[in-house]
Amino acid sequence: MIKEVLRQIDDMDKELKALGEDRSAEVKQRRKQLEQARAELLEGCNSLSAADKVFLARHPHRPKIDEYIDALFTDFFVQRGDRQCKEDPSILGGIALYKGKPVTVIGHRKGNTLEENMKYNFGMPGPEGYRKALRMMKQAEKFGRPIITFIDTPGAYPGKEAEERGQGEAIARNLAEMSTLTVPVIAVVTGEGSSGGALALGVGNRVLMLENAIYSVLSPEGFASILWKDASRHEEACDVMKLTAQDLLNYKVIDEIIPEPLGGAQLDHQALFANVDAALERNLSQLSRLSGSALASQRHKKFRQMGEV
Amino acid sequence: MPKVLDALTGLGRSSTLARKAAPESGELAPIWQPPVFVTCPGCERRATRRAWAESMYVCPNCGRYQPIGGYYRLSLILDHGTFRELDEKLEGSDPLDFPGYKEKLAKQTRKTGLSDAAIAATGKIEGMPAVVVVLDSHFFMGSMGTAVGEKVTRAIEYATNKKLPLIIFSASGGARMQEGILSLMQMAKTSAAIADFSAKGGLYISYLTHPTTGGVTASFASLGDIMLAEPGALIGFAGPRVIEQTIGEKLPAGFQRSEFQEEHGFVDAIVPRSEMKATLAQILRLHSKGGRRG
Ligand SMILES: [Zn+2]
Repeated sequence: MIKEVLRQIDDMDKELKALGEDRSAEVKQRRKQLEQARAELLEGCNSLSAADKVFLARHPHRPKIDEYIDALFTDFFVQRGDRQCKEDPSILGGIALYKGKPVTVIGHRKGNTLEENMKYNFGMPGPEGYRKALRMMKQAEKFGRPIITFIDTPGAYPGKEAEERGQGEAIARNLAEMSTLTVPVIAVVTGEGSSGGALALGVGNRVLMLENAIYSVLSPEGFASILWKDASRHEEACDVMKLTAQDLLNYKVIDEIIPEPLGGAQLDHQALFANVDAALERNLSQLSRLSGSALASQRHKKFRQMGEV
Repeated sequence: MPKVLDALTGLGRSSTLARKAAPESGELAPIWQPPVFVTCPGCERRATRRAWAESMYVCPNCGRYQPIGGYYRLSLILDHGTFRELDEKLEGSDPLDFPGYKEKLAKQTRKTGLSDAAIAATGKIEGMPAVVVVLDSHFFMGSMGTAVGEKVTRAIEYATNKKLPLIIFSASGGARMQEGILSLMQMAKTSAAIADFSAKGGLYISYLTHPTTGGVTASFASLGDIMLAEPGALIGFAGPRVIEQTIGEKLPAGFQRSEFQEEHGFVDAIVPRSEMKATLAQILRLHSKGGRRG
């Protein structure tokens, strides 16, 4: 269980810190011991179970969209509102420079504290969020900007107002419109990609996925509750759902796995950002060679082939 | 001579549909059969199968809409002898090797006689040709897996290539859980097909019936040029139970029903079953002449 491993690593890190700069032979010895044990523990994180990955994908210290934006882009200008009735803070988006060139960046927003999470509705958008995203995507198309989306959501918000304002229609519209965009679209599943609420930002020319992220038709809890009328069987659900990056690469639902630092992205944000950066740069430069109509047609064909009978 | 052949093949087609719709239409039942009574789950009163069939399975006592099978619905709207099924043999598979799913699929097929939850056909409505897709809620609650997604997509592509109007009757519990992520991807696949059909000027009438929820609502079902709904149908993305658990309160009566959707601007009209064919014909007629592409 990754949870237990991470707890042990955390304890070791605390002890290492407490040892401080003491240079006595005794402390040196202990430090060496600890570092070796830590490395061994991390080595064991090489093959994680699906349930372990669900745990990591939801880890509170996993990087959030604003951290990705800070690390990978410059000159970020936030855009707000769906121009119809509301601003939905559970989606963060705007215009930024990537390697000096303008792009539109959009993603689900989770917070680092309970207060932030309340504000961002734990990354669960309403229809306004999806309509805001679509508005930004159409604008990106107008100005010829590539679109990069970051997917990390437990799902679209199942609320009363969300239904009144057409949650289903908003998601459907995004899927249809995204399929026709004439600019490059790269989607990166960074954490939890649950249900139509994730897919609504996911119709990309390239769909990349972090090594320990998950992508599924529903959360394992929701899945167990629907299928077996028992949400407590969620760990069992993790195994049969085929929701890991490795599974999805096999099914050609995603194009590429972005490696994470051993033990999970939360242990080393900078190392993760370097990997994401490399993958983004490579894919974007490949896509930038295609014409607008070639991009739309490649995207259409890619999704046409999914689950072809 | 060609006329005779046409009539003969027409006869063949209409009898195929009549046979497939027979359990509900009662048309092929022997005369000597004793009357079968069916109890309404709404008012719990009984009526003969014949009385139900005459009212198109709207309860003769309380007016409640009963779900009807796909072939029966097609028999209610297509002109006699014009039915031709598309991709009849396309059946569900088990792409994720999900424990017990193959057996469940086989059981659903035995129970319903369907290969999966979608039926696609071409036919004429008051003389006007169209592609019609019906999701049948008797098969796995009309849920969308790869077979449904593929059949719907192929029907849309057929309508695109033949420049025919498209009518889809939705009824679905959402995504087919046992096909996991591939079910989810059918939302993108079908929506992209609709986007292409629409960009080429095709007319799409989406007809929502009870219940239309989840991934079907959040894809092709919500993308009609014209949005129709049957009275009293549950239409939404999240299910009422999930919403109640999330917000911790009971939902008001009528929440997510057709009338609610009309009030909130998501359907053009609520159309009773008895007016279904006439309304579809009216809309087809309104698109058959004039207009830039006409
Ligand atoms: Zn009744």
